[in-house]
Amino acid sequence: MAYDLSKVVVTSSPHIKADDDTRSLMLDVLIALVPALAVAVYTFGARALIHVVIAMVASLVFETIYNKIVHHPNTVGDLSCLVTGVLIAFNIPVAAPLWLSAFGALFGIIVVKMLFGGIGKNFMNPALGARAFMMASWAGFMTTWTAPHANLPLFGNVTVTDAISTATPLATLKTGAVPADTGLLEMLLGQTGGVIGETSALALLAGGVYLLWRKVITINIPAAYILTVAVITFLFPLSGDVSRVQWMLSQVLSGGLMLGAIFMATDYVTSPVTPKGQIIFGVGCGLLTVFIRYFGGLPEGVSYSILIMNTLVWAIDKKTHPRKFGYQLDKAKKEAQ
Amino acid sequence: MAYSFRGGIHPGTHADPGYKSATNTKPIEKLALPDEVILPVSMHIGAPAKPIVSVGDTVDLGQPIAEAGGFVSAPVHATVSGKVKAIEPRLHPNGSKVLSIVIENDGEDRKHESVHPYDFASMSNEERIECIRSAGIVGHGGATFPTHVKIQSGIGKCDTVIINAAECEPYITSDHRLLLERPEETIGGLKMLADIMGVQTAIIAIEENKKDTFAKIEELIADDPRLKLYPLTCKYPQGAEKQLINACTGREVPSGKLPADAGCAVFNVDTAGAVYRRFTTGMPVIRRIVTISGSAVAEPKNLEARIGTPIEKLIDACGGFKEAPNKLLAGGPMMGNAQFSLDAPVVKGTNAFLAFAGNEDKRVKDPQCIRCGKCINACPMHLLPIYMNVYGKQEDLDNAVDCGMMDCIECGSCAYVCPARIPLVAQFRLTKGKIQAKRAAERAKAEAEKKKAEAEAAAKAEAEKPAENK
Repeated sequence: MAYDLSKVVVTSSPHIKADDDTRSLMLDVLIALVPALAVAVYTFGARALIHVVIAMVASLVFETIYNKIVHHPNTVGDLSCLVTGVLIAFNIPVAAPLWLSAFGALFGIIVVKMLFGGIGKNFMNPALGARAFMMASWAGFMTTWTAPHANLPLFGNVTVTDAISTATPLATLKTGAVPADTGLLEMLLGQTGGVIGETSALALLAGGVYLLWRKVITINIPAAYILTVAVITFLFPLSGDVSRVQWMLSQVLSGGLMLGAIFMATDYVTSPVTPKGQIIFGVGCGLLTVFIRYFGGLPEGVSYSILIMNTLVWAIDKKTHPRKFGYQLDKAKKEAQ
Repeated sequence: MAYSFRGGIHPGTHADPGYKSATNTKPIEKLALPDEVILPVSMHIGAPAKPIVSVGDTVDLGQPIAEAGGFVSAPVHATVSGKVKAIEPRLHPNGSKVLSIVIENDGEDRKHESVHPYDFASMSNEERIECIRSAGIVGHGGATFPTHVKIQSGIGKCDTVIINAAECEPYITSDHRLLLERPEETIGGLKMLADIMGVQTAIIAIEENKKDTFAKIEELIADDPRLKLYPLTCKYPQGAEKQLINACTGREVPSGKLPADAGCAVFNVDTAGAVYRRFTTGMPVIRRIVTISGSAVAEPKNLEARIGTPIEKLIDACGGFKEAPNKLLAGGPMMGNAQFSLDAPVVKGTNAFLAFAGNEDKRVKDPQCIRCGKCINACPMHLLPIYMNVYGKQEDLDNAVDCGMMDCIECGSCAYVCPARIPLVAQFRLTKGKIQAKRAAERAKAEAEKKKAEAEAAAKAEAEKPAENK
């Protein structure tokens, strides 16, 4: 029998591929961010959602414009710019002006991501790069904290009378005391001051469990990061008034640690790919975080510690090659001698 | 407990792991004899065989028609009786044209006089190995390494014989059906191989998706304490030699070495079957089981075909294509060779022929690595595919080797899981070629320099001699 072979193509093996692609992975990350977003909207009102939407749309628009200018095919289909958008908004206090979200997206997408070659090429996390930039440029907006359920205006600028300003638990911890009005339960559920996405440790953990279940991330980085913070703060509490466990839990559950450990430090592009390297990276982030929290000028150190570790990723990968199959450890050592 | 290794992937869907459901319940069907068979002289790894018949000769079934071209080589036998029609280059499933002996079938299936049973028990080991060598038996799993070489180089070094019944390549079910329908051949062959190699441990390792074969096999191995059945976790590439040895014995074949260096000899299900058939019936390798499957095939089947049968005849027997195929593969989807024609014949290593209608390999334009590291977790050799790709592209060959380029077994696990759909294996093949070329050039250069230095030294000695005399 003669068959129609006109459509046949010849390529190199393998000839089948898994269904997961970059887009589906990024969609999973977006889904994992939903619980934290829901808590944010509940805690800070619909203004939090508006921040997130603005940052997402701005990220999409800026990446499209950039690709147009440099005559690249548009890359927004991989959805990674939307993840960046959400994370940028998550790093802004809800009372900040709405244009700040868009500006963060401009810096994160154009400067940190696209100028370095787009997805996979940037050496630091775009959302954290944007946060560092905003902290340096608008420190006032970036540190104006609003108490939960403050009834902020949806769109306009927040005036002093609108904002019931509050101290974040971290600021209190910085003084060497456990916050009196915010218990561990409030921190777990996110009923405290803070940037939009960081407050609820529980919602962020739920997202983390989803990512682990979907095998989007491995447990190495978040576990190493959080455990390091836990161990150090347990061993060296700043406050003698409360138990070590309470001090440790306050440190672990407050601030951006969960958001950073689960969603920022695990950013594929800017974290090591070797299992050993991931653990070193997580431990390094944890040490730097506690160091900045204890001795730094700022109450929070998560974003800077991840950014610092970002710059070491290539070196960490290079030094943590796994043992190849068929190379015995003792033999490798002998050869080295 | 099932045995396994670290790394690997799980192709297939939840409902159809390994995409094997299309054929794993279909009994082996004997394919009608073709009008002509095309027998390439190179159906094995090693030197091509040398034809010993001429055009116009009448040959019988099982008659040797080409003799081994060296130690690492295998003879070829007539797989039908009839007349030698041509000895000319013909298309081989590897994509190139290979010298082939074409036999016109006379339909009589007349057995050659050399085909007679052997008395295995009374033969010496040398006679047994010669008997296997002269039968043209090679690894039927796909790699087609001559079996007698494996046996000879393994005697004294190996303490374990393993039958590789993992059949981890998706879609393929030919070994599964053989184990289910003719387990006595494989187990009989395993006993013979254990005798020849003088080992006390003979393992048949089967992936757990073939549990339906366990009961009968356990019954067959009950009388021999050397024989053991090891269930394996369903995972690709469980059947890769190094991974299989690691799963069964915990040993690692050292880099650049052979399984014998880890004390193991691994044989395919049908290779053991071929050994058994050789001694019990005298028949050399004339047929094999081929799984015909894939989304473009009208009625997927397991076919028993004479070696040399054009692939087109197998497709005909499966009702042809239900859709125009987009991809034709000799072998499995992970390591098989893409084909552009159906003219190539079934060769000794053809375990499957697949035809896909859709874009199963999901190619994309301009893929971008997102550094997710999934390739590293999937790599059964524990290499760094992500950096092998980076260094390979930059032609930084030393760093590529450092990341494991030359240890890559090209199983395709990394490319399968890659969410960016980077053609990693294709890149690695290119880079390996460059590394080999560079090493060859370096060797040649060192050789030339050595010669030059020797010549200079000789010239110097010549020049100094008269001076001494003065």
